[in-house]
Amino acid sequence: MTDLVQQPSAGDVTSEPARGGMADHFRDYVRRVRLGDLGSLPIIVGLVFIAVIFQSQNSAFLSSRNFVNLVVQMAGLTTIAIGVVFVLLLGEIDLSVGYVSATASVILARLLLNDWPWYVAVAVGVCVALVIGLVQGLIISKAGVPSFVVTLAGFLVWNGVVLIIIGGLGTVVIQDRTIVGVANTFLPAAVGYAVAAVLVAGYAAVLVLRTRSRARDGLPTAPMSLLGLRIAGLAVLGLGAVYAANLSRGVPLVGVLVMLLLVGWSFVANRTRFGRHVYAVGGNAEAARRAGINVDRIRVAVFMISSTMAALGGIVLASRLRSVDTAAGGGNLLLNSIAAAVIGGTSLFGGRGKVSNALLGALVIASVDNGMGLLGLSSGAKFVVTGLVLLAAVVVDSFSRRGRSQRGMA
Amino acid sequence: MADSPILELRGVSKSFGAVQALTRVDFAVRAGEVMALVGDNGAGKSTLIKCIGGIHPADGGEVRFEDRTVTISSPKDSSALGIEIVYQDLALCDNLDIVQNMFLGRERLSSFARLDETAMERAAMQTLASLSVTTVRSVRQTVAGLSGGQRQSVAVAKAVMWNSTVVILDEPTAALGVAQTRQVLDLVQRLGEKGLGVVLISHNLHDVFEVADRICVLRLGQKVAEFDAAATNQQEVVEAITAGKVEQVPGMATEATA
Ligand SMILES: Nc1ncnc2c1ncn2[C@@H]1O[C@H](COP(=O)(O)OP(=O)(O)OP(=O)(O)O)[C@@H](O)[C@H]1O
Ligand SMILES: [Mg+2]
Repeated sequence: MTDLVQQPSAGDVTSEPARGGMADHFRDYVRRVRLGDLGSLPIIVGLVFIAVIFQSQNSAFLSSRNFVNLVVQMAGLTTIAIGVVFVLLLGEIDLSVGYVSATASVILARLLLNDWPWYVAVAVGVCVALVIGLVQGLIISKAGVPSFVVTLAGFLVWNGVVLIIIGGLGTVVIQDRTIVGVANTFLPAAVGYAVAAVLVAGYAAVLVLRTRSRARDGLPTAPMSLLGLRIAGLAVLGLGAVYAANLSRGVPLVGVLVMLLLVGWSFVANRTRFGRHVYAVGGNAEAARRAGINVDRIRVAVFMISSTMAALGGIVLASRLRSVDTAAGGGNLLLNSIAAAVIGGTSLFGGRGKVSNALLGALVIASVDNGMGLLGLSSGAKFVVTGLVLLAAVVVDSFSRRGRSQRGMA
Repeated sequence: MADSPILELRGVSKSFGAVQALTRVDFAVRAGEVMALVGDNGAGKSTLIKCIGGIHPADGGEVRFEDRTVTISSPKDSSALGIEIVYQDLALCDNLDIVQNMFLGRERLSSFARLDETAMERAAMQTLASLSVTTVRSVRQTVAGLSGGQRQSVAVAKAVMWNSTVVILDEPTAALGVAQTRQVLDLVQRLGEKGLGVVLISHNLHDVFEVADRICVLRLGQKVAEFDAAATNQQEVVEAITAGKVEQVPGMATEATA
C-alpha cells in the first residue's frame, strides 16, 4: 500500500450488504431480484413445479427409493457439468465432453480387463483426458480457432477413438469391485448422518470464521440471525436428504463424492486467484490481459478442467452401468451436460455463473428424465420437455441480462 | 539525476497495417514532473501509452527506463517497472465487483492460497475514500452497475493504489463531475510532488495548464512541439495541436522511413 493517497477522512464507501437486520437483507434481495439478478430463484420455482406435477401423476416420484435412484442417475451428469460451467464462464464451449468422458471410461474398462489395478486404470484415463484438454486448449488459445470448431472436431475424433478401442467387443464389462462400487455403494444410516453433520459443521465454521474476520477488520457483516438461518437451512436440507435416503438403500457413496467435487471446485472458482482470473477473462479478456493475466494459460487450464471432469463423469457413468459400450458418451449426454450448466444459471455469454449451477441444472434434467420414465412416457416426450426447460432457462437468462442492461448494469 | 528522465521513448514508431499511428516520437518524463500529452483525436496519444503499457509493443525505437534500455512486450513488463496506466477505455471487468477489479492480477492471498478478501476490501475502501469517491453504494457491487464517472474513479483508484514510479492517465477526467475532477487533478499534482513521473492526457487545456510542468503536443502521430507550461500559453498550444508542422504526410510514412 502506498502513502501516495491521503488517508481517508470518512469511510463513506461501504461494502453491502449494509449493516442491518434481516429485514434490510430481505429488502436488498427483493431489490436485486427486481433488477434482474434472479440467482437460483427461477430454478427452485421450476424444481417445485416439476415435483408437484410428477408427484400428482405418480406418487412414486417423491418416494425414498426414487430419490436414491435420482441421486445415482444424476451423478455422472453433474460431474461433467461442473467442467462445462468453467468453460461457459470463459464464454467458450466444449462440445467434446461427451466423447472425452467415453474415451476415459473405455480406456479404464480395457485396462481393467487386462487386470490392471483400478487406481492405475483411473490415473491413465484421467491423464489421457488432461492431455486431450491440453491439446484442445492450446489449439484454441494459440491458433485462435473458435472453441466451437476445435471441440466439434474433438467430438468426432474421440467418438472414433471410443469405437476403435472397443473394436469388435461391442461391450466391455467392468468387474473391478472398487470401480463398480463407486456408483453402487450405499452408506450405512449412521455414516450418512455423520457425513451430513460434517458438511453442515464445515459450512457453519467457514461462515462464522469469515464473518468474525470481517467484523475484526471493521467491515460490514451479515447479521448473525441470517447466518443462523442459512446454516439451519442447510442442516434441514442435508439431514432431511439423508433421512429420506436412509428410508431405502441409504446415501449413495457417489452422491458424497459429487458433493466433494462441488465443494472443491467452488473453492477454486470463488476463493482462489485462478478462479478470479477465470471470471475476469470471461468478463473482459482484454482487461484481464492488461491486468497482467496470462489469458492463454487460463484458457488452456479451463479446457483441461472440463476434459478431466468429463473423464471423472465418464467413470461414474461406467460404474453405474458396470460396462462401457459403443453407445458410451453418445445420445444426449453432451447436450444434457451443457444444458445442465445453463439451466442451473450459468450464462452462455461468459463471466457469470457458479459451480453449484451444475448441481441444480442436473437435478432438473434428471428429475424430468426420471419423472417421465415413471410415467412411462416415450423418450421423444422426454426430449421435448427437456428442450422446453432449456429454452425457458435461456429466455430467463436473456431477460435478466436485458433487465440489467436497461438499468446500466450489464 | 533530477534531470535525467525516468521514462524515455526515443524514435518510437507504430503502425497498424497501412495506418502509421506513430512516427519516430521522442517522449520523456522526469521523476517529480507532470507531463501533459495533448493532441487532436487520432493524434496517437493512446497508441503511445499502449506502447509503454505493452498492450501493443512499438515497431521501432527505444524505450528507456531509469537510463536503461528496456523491452516492454507485455503488460506484465510495464507493471514490473512500476508503470501504472489508466486506459481511456478503463479496462474494467463488468462482471467483477469494485474490489475484484482494483486488485485484478495482483490479488492478495492468505493461508491455503485463499484470496484475502477482507484485506483487499479494506484497502480498496481506503483508496476510494481518499479520492473522495463517496457516491458508490458499495465496493462489493459489480462495475456494470456504476455510472461512467464512477467507473473512471475506480480505474484511477486502481492505478494509484500501488507503489509505482510512473503513473499515466489517459483522459482520466473525461466523465467526471466537478468534485471528482478536482480530486483527480489534486491527485495528479500530489503524485508529482511525491517524486513520481506523471503523464496526463487531456483535451481540457485549462486542466492541463493547472497541473502540468511540461506539455508535449502530438499531431498525426508525430511530436510537433514541447512546451514548458510556465513559459507558454493556451493560444500557442492550440496552434501546435491544430497546425503544428508535420515533417511527414501520413500515408507516405513508409517510404520516408525506408
Ligand atoms: N488497434 C488499432 N488498429 C488500427 N488502428 C488503430 C488502432 N488503434 C489506434 N489506431 C489508429 O491510430 C491512430 C491514433 O489513435 P489513438 O487512439 O492513439 O488516438 P488518440 O490521440 O488517443 O485520440 P483520442 O483523443 O480520440 O483518444 C488513429 O488513426 C487510429 O485510427
Ligand atoms: Mg485516446
